[in-house]
Amino acid sequence: MDESLNLVLFSGTDDKLQAAAILAAGAAALGRPVNVFLQYWALDAFRADRIDRDHGLAPEAGVEGRGHVDALRAAGQASWAETMLQAKELGGVDIQACSLSMDLLGLEQTDLDPLVDGVEGVTAFYLNAGAGQIVFI
Amino acid sequence: MSPLVEIDERVDARGLACPMPIVKTAQAMKMLASGQVLEVVATDAGAVKDFAAWSKSTGNELLEADSDGAVYRFVIRKK
Repeated sequence: MDESLNLVLFSGTDDKLQAAAILAAGAAALGRPVNVFLQYWALDAFRADRIDRDHGLAPEAGVEGRGHVDALRAAGQASWAETMLQAKELGGVDIQACSLSMDLLGLEQTDLDPLVDGVEGVTAFYLNAGAGQIVFI
Repeated sequence: MSPLVEIDERVDARGLACPMPIVKTAQAMKMLASGQVLEVVATDAGAVKDFAAWSKSTGNELLEADSDGAVYRFVIRKK
């Protein structure tokens, strides 16, 4: 299974970012190349001064969902940032910030957490994705 | 009963949730030489199918997969 997994991350809530990190880590563990493209609120969550903050949950989580998420974290589940770091340590995971979203948020690469490898436009993302799967979260 | 296999490295993934048992296994496997054997223990219920799938996909040989009810144990030989 060598086909790349290409994740476009738009949502910046902790639950969706955790789901994305798990998808990335699972693919990396199988030796598949993973390309992550950070847009909008997902990019915002990767800011160096914000990555460790609470990014909330998707609306459908509700109070009950918050309870479930907190329980899993209390049981020792790694944060999405830690999961993403573990995925990168396996090799083959590249995380790029969308240049348009950088402009939108008024960011420089130095504002981003070291997990982010660079800044690129959508064309470069598509080129790297090739015929691999593209998933939008 | 299969003969005892010599274990070269052990991974304790007990208490870790998906995908960490597989991620830790993949990380540990990278450090082994071809033919060496890794033993993993985990408590994640999804691990049973995950380890079968991971071994099949990566070509590493799943030698043993058992459970004492609470803990799952996997023995994998690196291809």
